[in-house]
Amino acid sequence: MDAELIAMQLFSGVALGAILIMVALGLSIIFGMLGVVNFAHGALFMIGAYAGLWVASLTGSFWWGLLIAPITIGAFGMLIERFLIRPLYKRSIDDPLLLTFGLGYVLVEAVRIVFGSDGIPFQTPPELAGVADLGIGFFPIYRLFVVAVVAVILVLLWLGLEKTKFGLIVRAGAKDPQIMRVLGVDISKVWLLVFGLGIGLTALGGVLAAPMRNVNPEMGSLVLAEAFVVTVIGGMGSLVGAVVAGLLVGVAISMTALFAPEMATIVMFALMALVLLVRPHGLFGKPVRG
Amino acid sequence: MTDKSKSLPSLTRRATLAGLAAGGATLAMPGILRAQGESIRIGFPTPLTGPFAAEAKDQVKSAELAVKLINDKGGIAGRKVELLVRDDKLNAGEAATRTLELIEKDKVHAIVGALSSAVQLAVNEVTRAGGVIYVSISQSDTINEIKDFSRFTFHEALNPHMTTAAVAKHTFKKDSKVAYLVADYAYGHEMLRGFKRAQQAIGATSVGEILHPFGAADYSTFMPRLRSMRPDILCICNFGRDQANSVKQAVDFGMNRQSKIVVPVLLHNQRLAIGPEAFEGVIGGANYYWGLEDTIPAAKSFNDAFKAANGGAYPTDYGAYGFSGVYSLLLAMEKAGGTDTDKVIAALEELKYDIAKGSQHYRKCDHQSVQSVLVLESKKKAEMKNEADLFKVLATEPASETILRSCAELGFPA
Repeated sequence: MDAELIAMQLFSGVALGAILIMVALGLSIIFGMLGVVNFAHGALFMIGAYAGLWVASLTGSFWWGLLIAPITIGAFGMLIERFLIRPLYKRSIDDPLLLTFGLGYVLVEAVRIVFGSDGIPFQTPPELAGVADLGIGFFPIYRLFVVAVVAVILVLLWLGLEKTKFGLIVRAGAKDPQIMRVLGVDISKVWLLVFGLGIGLTALGGVLAAPMRNVNPEMGSLVLAEAFVVTVIGGMGSLVGAVVAGLLVGVAISMTALFAPEMATIVMFALMALVLLVRPHGLFGKPVRG
Repeated sequence: MTDKSKSLPSLTRRATLAGLAAGGATLAMPGILRAQGESIRIGFPTPLTGPFAAEAKDQVKSAELAVKLINDKGGIAGRKVELLVRDDKLNAGEAATRTLELIEKDKVHAIVGALSSAVQLAVNEVTRAGGVIYVSISQSDTINEIKDFSRFTFHEALNPHMTTAAVAKHTFKKDSKVAYLVADYAYGHEMLRGFKRAQQAIGATSVGEILHPFGAADYSTFMPRLRSMRPDILCICNFGRDQANSVKQAVDFGMNRQSKIVVPVLLHNQRLAIGPEAFEGVIGGANYYWGLEDTIPAAKSFNDAFKAANGGAYPTDYGAYGFSGVYSLLLAMEKAGGTDTDKVIAALEELKYDIAKGSQHYRKCDHQSVQSVLVLESKKKAEMKNEADLFKVLATEPASETILRSCAELGFPA
C-alpha cells in the first residue's frame, strides 16, 4: 500500500469529519448551554438541505441557498426554543428530549407530505464542480470547498466566543446560569440565541451536504446518529471536543474503509465504546454537574 | 401506511356488501350463488418505509392496476379481486410476521411482493410452510436453487445470474480490468457472484472488490482505493438510495473519466432522484423500461393503462414487477377457474403471458420467469425528449432458457 493512498485516505477522512463537525457542534453547544439533548437535530439538518434546495431553485443560485437557508432555519430554531422548549426547562431533562424526539418525526413527515419521499436531485454548483489534483491524488473541488467553509465557521465561532462580550456571557452562562441572573443578564435571551445558532449550524451542514448526497426526508437520521457519537466521544457540551472527535471519527471511518471496508460504519461505535471505557465523560467532557 | 388503512376498511365494507349480496342471492336466485362467492385476496408485503420506499410505492401502484384491470373485466369467475398491502419495513422478521398475518388472519389466497433478497427469502419460508402460492418480485438467485425451492413459489423478477450475464456481455471485454464496489448483504453478494462468473467467461479480470456497509450515505472514503486500482470498469453492485449516492459520489471523484460505470440494475427512481448529470453514460440492466412501447404492443397498453390510473406518470422497472407478478397470477387463477392451490400452480406452470415486456413463462423446474433482460444506458440531459425519457435501450437479451442456469446446476433432478 503506497504512501499516497494513505495520505489521500487521511484527507478523505478529514473532509468527511468536516460535515460531522457542523452537526455535532450545534448538538454540543445546545447541550452544554441549555442542557437539552436535541433529538430533532438530524431533522433540522435535513430541513436545512431542503431549504437550501428550495432557495437555490427560486433564485437560481446555490450561494443564496447557502446564505439564506441557515439563517432562516436558525430563526425557525429560535421559535422552537421560545415556544416549545422554554416551557419545559423547569421539568426533568427527559421532557425536552421527548419533545425534540417527537418534533423530529413531525418535521420528517411534513417534508414527506410537501416534497414527497423519493428524494430530489441537487446538482453540485457549476463553479465548484470537477476534481482538483492535490499532488497525492484527485479530490472533488466541492469537498475542498466544504472543508474551507467549515474551517472559516470554526474560526468565526472561536473569535465570537473568545473575543466578544456575548461570547463571554455565553461561556459564563454555561458554567453557572444562576450567577448570570444575579448579575442581571437576561439568560433566556442568551439561550434563545444559542439554540438558534446551534440549529443554524446544522442547517448549514445540511445545505453543504446536499450536493454530495441525495436530498431526501430520511437524510438526517443517519447524520443524527453520527453526530451523537461525535459529541459523546468529544464530551457532551465541549466545542473543542466536537471538533477533535469529528475529525477523529472521520479519519477512523476512512482508514477502516481502506483496510476493512465492510466495517466502515461500525467503527465509530467501537471507537465510542472504547473512549467511554477509558474516559466516561468523553475526551474533553467534564463530569456532569449536580 | 396509508395503503394499509385504506385497504382495511374497504375490505370489511366490501366483504359485508358481498356477504349481503350473496345472502340476498341465496333467497332470490340460488342459481348464481357460486358466481358471487367471496373475493379473491392477494397479500402484498413491500417496504413502504425505508431506503427502497420509492420502488415499493411503484410496485403497489402497478399491482393495484393489475387488480383493477381484472376487476373491470368482471373479476375471476365472478369473484372480485382485492389487494392487501402491508409495510414490511425492509425487515425479514417484520415481513414474516405480516405474511403470517395475511395468511392466518386475512385468509389470503396468494402472496405477491417483497423487495429485498433477504426479505423475500423470509416470505418464501412462511409461504412454503403455509402451503400458500407466492409470486416473488425481487432479484434472488438462491430462491431458484433446490435448497430454497418451494413448489408454491414463482419467481417473476429477473435473477442476478441472468441480469449480470446480460450486462457483462455488453460492457465487459476480454482483458477488461473490473473493480467492484458491493453492498455487503445478499443482493450485493449475489450480483458480485454473477458478474465474476460472467467476467471469467468473457476473459476480463477483477482488480479489486470493496464491500461497503448497506445504507451508507458517504462513499468518499472508498474512492481513493478504487481509483488506485485503475479499472476500465467500475461495477457498483447496490440498490435503492445506495445506488444514487454511490454513483453520484463516484462521478464527483471523477471516476467516470478513467472508467465506465456499470451497475447490475439501472434504477428508474434513483436516476430521477439524482438527475441526468451524475448518471450520464452509466450502463445497467433492467426488467422493464417504458420506452419498450415503440416495439412492444403490450408495453404500450401497460403504459397507457398506468398513465390513465396515475395522472400521467410513467410506470417504472420495479413497478412493472408488481404489475406482471399480480397479473400473471390472476391470469393463472382465471385459467384454473378459482383459487384451488394445486390447480393454480398447474396453470402457472403452463402459462404463457405477454402483458408488459413481450412473451414470458415460468420454467417448470425452478418456477423462474423466462423473460428478456434489457441493457440500458442513462441519457445525457440534452438527449432527453421529456422528463421520463431517461434511458437508451442498448440491447435486449431475448427471453430464453439459455440465459438461466440449467435445472441440473440448480440441483433439480433431470
